[in-house]
Amino acid sequence: MPETMQTVSLGATALPNVAERRLTIAEALREAIAEEMQRDPDVFLIGEDIGIPGGFGGAFGVYLGLPEKFGHERIIDTPISEKAIAGAAIGAALMGMRPIADMQYADFLFECMDELVNQAAKMRYMSGGKLKVPMVMRAPVGTTNRGAQHDQCPESFFMHVPGLKVVCVSDAYTAKGILKSAVRDDNPVLIFEHKLLYGSKGRQSAGGLDLTAHVPPEEYLLPLDKAVVKREGNDVTIVATHLSLYRALAAAEVLAQEGISCEVIDPISLLPLDTETLWSSVRKTGRLAIVHEDTLTGGWGAEVAARAADECLFSLQAPIKRIATYDVPLPFAPILEQAVVPTVERIIMTIRTMCE
Amino acid sequence: MNEFNGLDSDKLHSLYRRLLLLRRFEERVYTNFLQGEIPGTVHQYNGQEAVAVGICDHLRPIDWITSTHRPHGHALAKGISARRVMAELYGKVTGCCNGKGGSMHVGDPSVGMLPAIAIVGGGNSVVIGLGLAYKLRRTDQVAVCFFGEGATNEGAFHESMNFAAVQRLPVVFVCENNLYGASTPYHQVSLVSDVAARACAYGVASQIVDGMDVLAVHKAGGGEAIALARAGRGPILLECKTYRYIGHSRSDARGYRTKDEEAEWKQKDPIPRLGNALIAAGLSDEATLARIAQSVEAELDDAVEFARASPDAAPEQALEDVYA
Repeated sequence: MPETMQTVSLGATALPNVAERRLTIAEALREAIAEEMQRDPDVFLIGEDIGIPGGFGGAFGVYLGLPEKFGHERIIDTPISEKAIAGAAIGAALMGMRPIADMQYADFLFECMDELVNQAAKMRYMSGGKLKVPMVMRAPVGTTNRGAQHDQCPESFFMHVPGLKVVCVSDAYTAKGILKSAVRDDNPVLIFEHKLLYGSKGRQSAGGLDLTAHVPPEEYLLPLDKAVVKREGNDVTIVATHLSLYRALAAAEVLAQEGISCEVIDPISLLPLDTETLWSSVRKTGRLAIVHEDTLTGGWGAEVAARAADECLFSLQAPIKRIATYDVPLPFAPILEQAVVPTVERIIMTIRTMCE
Repeated sequence: MNEFNGLDSDKLHSLYRRLLLLRRFEERVYTNFLQGEIPGTVHQYNGQEAVAVGICDHLRPIDWITSTHRPHGHALAKGISARRVMAELYGKVTGCCNGKGGSMHVGDPSVGMLPAIAIVGGGNSVVIGLGLAYKLRRTDQVAVCFFGEGATNEGAFHESMNFAAVQRLPVVFVCENNLYGASTPYHQVSLVSDVAARACAYGVASQIVDGMDVLAVHKAGGGEAIALARAGRGPILLECKTYRYIGHSRSDARGYRTKDEEAEWKQKDPIPRLGNALIAAGLSDEATLARIAQSVEAELDDAVEFARASPDAAPEQALEDVYA
């Protein structure tokens, strides 16, 4: 399955009078955390391998340099204890702190499902609205040749839980603005990031993408509940997150040469879902495709498709298509892995059939 | 006075009244549940009152507790009014959680009680966050986690004990060992006969306490565990040996244990035990204890009347309070 990916322009346009400053997602996240810790003494970091001197600053290096700046009391290295990490974050948030918890791999979130689903999401409601849980949980997702237990995209599990907020960040500009907003949000927010999009390491496997984006030096916040139109088009709306977003953008380039105009939307927030932005695009294009690296059945695309059918069926000129990972545990061998995840090629072929 | 840990008569009578309040509250709930006034199910605290009363007496509203699916006693001992707890059980909007928590989730921030956590072991992991916040803010607050012996076979117990230990958190883990996890005897599912013994695996201090003796719990809790945690000495595990007189929940006929066993534990009942000791020591008399009982009954008459007369929530309120 050969595929070529093209460099796509990311992030916001440069502000006037400001020299373009390009950061990786890892750098942008680090900057967001540092700014928030500087601003508010209640913000702290907690997770595994995040601040050990001589260590690697979190599984993807996001925290490098932060312990030197903020000390080990606010950068809390934990045992390998996901339930303890989540529980500590929830409890501290209930007491008014603003923890940023790190889950090295999103797959490990299943170790603390009780804490996230039964405790974090429900404490406010069960208290009759008297309590709040202002915590952030960061979790890396995505296929990276690590196999079935280190490559999953479990966002959809959490989209099913009222009381949580579920966001996906796909570029440095968004990552910084969203993380800062998440820290200040009074609800439990899960931020999913793709492992191949952090920085230089993933570039090759991501198809040679330039993964940096302009990040203005001035402080900015982005709303947690707003989708972003990454590319405008008239024939089909493609909704995609993370690496699938870039593959959708690459597919859109190829399709444009064939005369098919794709509008590509990064929903950013899965819960709540910005249906206003999504449906206004679908009403314009008349076609909807959803691309995600999570498996097909019960993936978040199913929810988007069902709601589109409910809310804008009569704008549709073709069946809604979901381009997702096939329903198998993720295989290890690169050739097998790329056979099951949504590739640029598969996106192109599916969109072509929709537009016939 | 030694047998009373130096507590004065007022304090001792106050402990006695609280024990009685918790017991009679559950008896009202039992009756009114059977009469169909209380929806859902209830997990009752009869027999275990000395633990909640003995521990919570040392806590301020800013010292938070976590509780379990058997939380009515903790709620009353921590200071939520009988009215507000009862109304919550009735599902009324005047309840301590506006009717959204129910029997298994009673709690109230104003007295320092999280909505009770009805997942066994669930409170163990959340409580370390309370302790962590107190430590980071350098306050003298203490967090107390009430849990059953059943929780000690959950992963959350072990991860949390270890985390609390390495972080030296001001957390007191209070295990109410009532011998049965639902219908399963603890000795059948654990070869370690004392929960307290498990603490040494994490470098945590522990103590076994007679959980049927409010004065023993009071001493171990306040004089030792809570004071040490407050002083920054890290977590402590108290194992209170106790017994629930009734079934796990209202549908439990207790066929898995003997009447002899129940009778044996009832001989240790914390309420007459304290009352009789007070009389024997000349600190109280039958008439005084009867007056206390009357005032408890009056408080509970009022609580039940309040719950019955309270309005239901408006259905649309079901959609509120999901997000802040």
